[in-house]
Amino acid sequence: MSSTVAGLVQVGVLLVVLAAVYKPLGDYMARVFTDRGHLAVERVIYRLGRVDAESQQRWPVYAAGVLGFSFVSVVLLYLVQRLQPFLPFDFGRGAVGSGIAFNTAISFVTNTNWQSYVPEVVMGHSVQMLGLTVQNFVSAGAGLAVAIALVRGFTRSRTDWLGNFWVDLTRGIVRILLPMSFVFAIVLIALGVVQSLRSGVDVTNPDGSASTIALAPAASQEAIKELGTNGGGIFSANSAHPFENPNGWTNLVEIFLIMVIPVCLTRTFGTLVGNRRQGYALLSAMGVLWTGMLAVIWWAEAHPNGPAALLAGSAMEGKETRFGIPGSALFADATTGTSTGAVNSMHDSYTGLGGGGTMLNMLFGEMTPGGVGTGLYSILVTAIIAVFLAGLMVGRTPEYLGKKLGRREVTAAAVAILSMPTLVLLGAGIAIMLPGTPGYLANSGSHGWSEVLYAYTSASNNNGSAFAGITVTSPWFQSSLGICMLLGRLIPILAVLCLAGSLAAQKKVPATAGTLPTHGPLFSSLLTGTVVLVAALTFIPALALGPIAEALA
Amino acid sequence: MNSLARQALAGLRVLVVLTVLLGILYPLGVWAVSRLPGLAANAEGSVVTENGQAVGSDLIGIDPVAEDPAHDPWFHTRPSAVARDLDGDGAPDLLGPADPSVSAGSNKGGFDADLVAAVRARKEIVAAREGVDPAEVPADAVTASASGLDPAISPAYAELQVPRVARENGLSEEQVRALVGAHTTGRGMGVLGEPGVRVLTLNLAVQAARR
Repeated sequence: MSSTVAGLVQVGVLLVVLAAVYKPLGDYMARVFTDRGHLAVERVIYRLGRVDAESQQRWPVYAAGVLGFSFVSVVLLYLVQRLQPFLPFDFGRGAVGSGIAFNTAISFVTNTNWQSYVPEVVMGHSVQMLGLTVQNFVSAGAGLAVAIALVRGFTRSRTDWLGNFWVDLTRGIVRILLPMSFVFAIVLIALGVVQSLRSGVDVTNPDGSASTIALAPAASQEAIKELGTNGGGIFSANSAHPFENPNGWTNLVEIFLIMVIPVCLTRTFGTLVGNRRQGYALLSAMGVLWTGMLAVIWWAEAHPNGPAALLAGSAMEGKETRFGIPGSALFADATTGTSTGAVNSMHDSYTGLGGGGTMLNMLFGEMTPGGVGTGLYSILVTAIIAVFLAGLMVGRTPEYLGKKLGRREVTAAAVAILSMPTLVLLGAGIAIMLPGTPGYLANSGSHGWSEVLYAYTSASNNNGSAFAGITVTSPWFQSSLGICMLLGRLIPILAVLCLAGSLAAQKKVPATAGTLPTHGPLFSSLLTGTVVLVAALTFIPALALGPIAEALA
Repeated sequence: MNSLARQALAGLRVLVVLTVLLGILYPLGVWAVSRLPGLAANAEGSVVTENGQAVGSDLIGIDPVAEDPAHDPWFHTRPSAVARDLDGDGAPDLLGPADPSVSAGSNKGGFDADLVAAVRARKEIVAAREGVDPAEVPADAVTASASGLDPAISPAYAELQVPRVARENGLSEEQVRALVGAHTTGRGMGVLGEPGVRVLTLNLAVQAARR
């Protein structure tokens, strides 16, 4: 079988498996967030946390919960890194430097998992487990909670109550993320992923030389790293490292884990709003863009134009033999279309078009299908903009799912959508004007600019993958990328919760003949067009100087 | 502001409880399950032993170095962008073993002049080593992998090395070719991933056949 045919069947297998779990997992997640009872372990968490699980929160209090939780998470994660010498399994790696610790704390709390450090050298197993694994769970849980709060804005009427952040956070973790991660961590070990508490294993190679091969508790972190759309590798090479992703089987399992929750959340949404076709409309917009970008990235990597790849005979620089072009392109599309940022190949070595494709995937705003929870709320916000645009065209007050979209709602949606481009363009623009910047880049010319643009795109979208040739250890990069990650996460969350509050307060208006139906192919196309248009109008000049220039060279 | 402080305090308590559940019980629970027979070997790195001695991991590629380059008995792995500097010129060697206690790719783009030069040089070195025309050298032999520790090479690169390995080990090409076949992993279910030849176990099998 040719590589291309096998690759296409591989994509088909992925889609079949996703389709098979779509209904059961989507409906299960809807039940998780509507269930009136509590599990025993949840009661323990509420009691120890002194949380009143029966109370409801207004949007400012819900937002204060998210903000407060993020703040203490950053502080605690920073301290865990700084205090590494006092923890077991530190292997003498010492206290993590303040710049790295600050950047990493923000990175993992915001679900970005941008890494400015070499894990095998800097982070011991206690920091990985107590600090980073925990944030892999809770940052995904927080995103999920915000998405559910926004959905409640649509389903509830004439109320100030959006639910309880602590209950939503706890349930998402205890009932969804933790059991799935446990099962898939074991599956990954059975397929070859390591789960060791040793720092490494000493071997005598066949040629007589000696080596130490790094080990880590990888499987437990790998499962939630993909399932929670986090992306931070326990090894420097991330999912390209054979101990994180040893073969074609694990590669598919990991891609499945990356996609499964964001995809199934559209079913959860449809179920909760009482019209599943509303969810299908969102899913088809996500699917069209995801498939389109897969085609672009795959084709570009199979038809390289750079002299290095042409001389070598194929674009295998920065790719692993066991994945080849199709398995690498599929992973790249999945990881950048969600806000994951794990990599099984080095995006910096991709072609202009292929690397530009991964960048555009993020610049769509991480909603194809996006991160856990963040993907759903991002596409709902874009749907509001799409309905608003349609309303402008026909001169009617726009409404979506029975809620009128007035000034407040559209303003909140616009703030949520425009914060990311502002951060990307300002951050990358300032960085490239700094005289020292070229010294931090592995490439020159348009590819060097791509490294800078990719960094700010990845940080502001909370993706975390990199054109990793860029050295980001300077104070400017550590702090500015940290700020982009933080604002890129919190501004949309605050806007979304404000939006949710104002939607919940409205009464439902019945659909009339003048209401734009939002469950059919027409709306799905309009939504797809809005995603593309917003990204294209904002970013074409920046992309033209980097990946587009390289693709046309 | 009062509300924010109150929520942050609640967040601190919840986070501490969740840290016990997710940061201790979960990873150590997975670790405990991984001690089961059938999982333990994988969990500790799929280590290959010979006569009780750990000689590497089935999943990690470390390029063997020939004592006498003119008589090189080894199958070679793909290049690593973070190869050790054995020739002492201050830069990672173009070909040769990496340090498996870390991992990385080159992160060079397709138009990078250094990368073009590296690919060209590797093509010539490999062609000279195998006694073939540079045009016959496959792509994976001259490009650095993403991890720098790629355990596998393409069947084409293995085939290119068969005549030399057979000659230097006093084996027939058919014998060596059969060993290559035995150490080739196909696609999962026939479609997942790409076929690859596992270099470490292949080299061990060649040495065993020679004895």
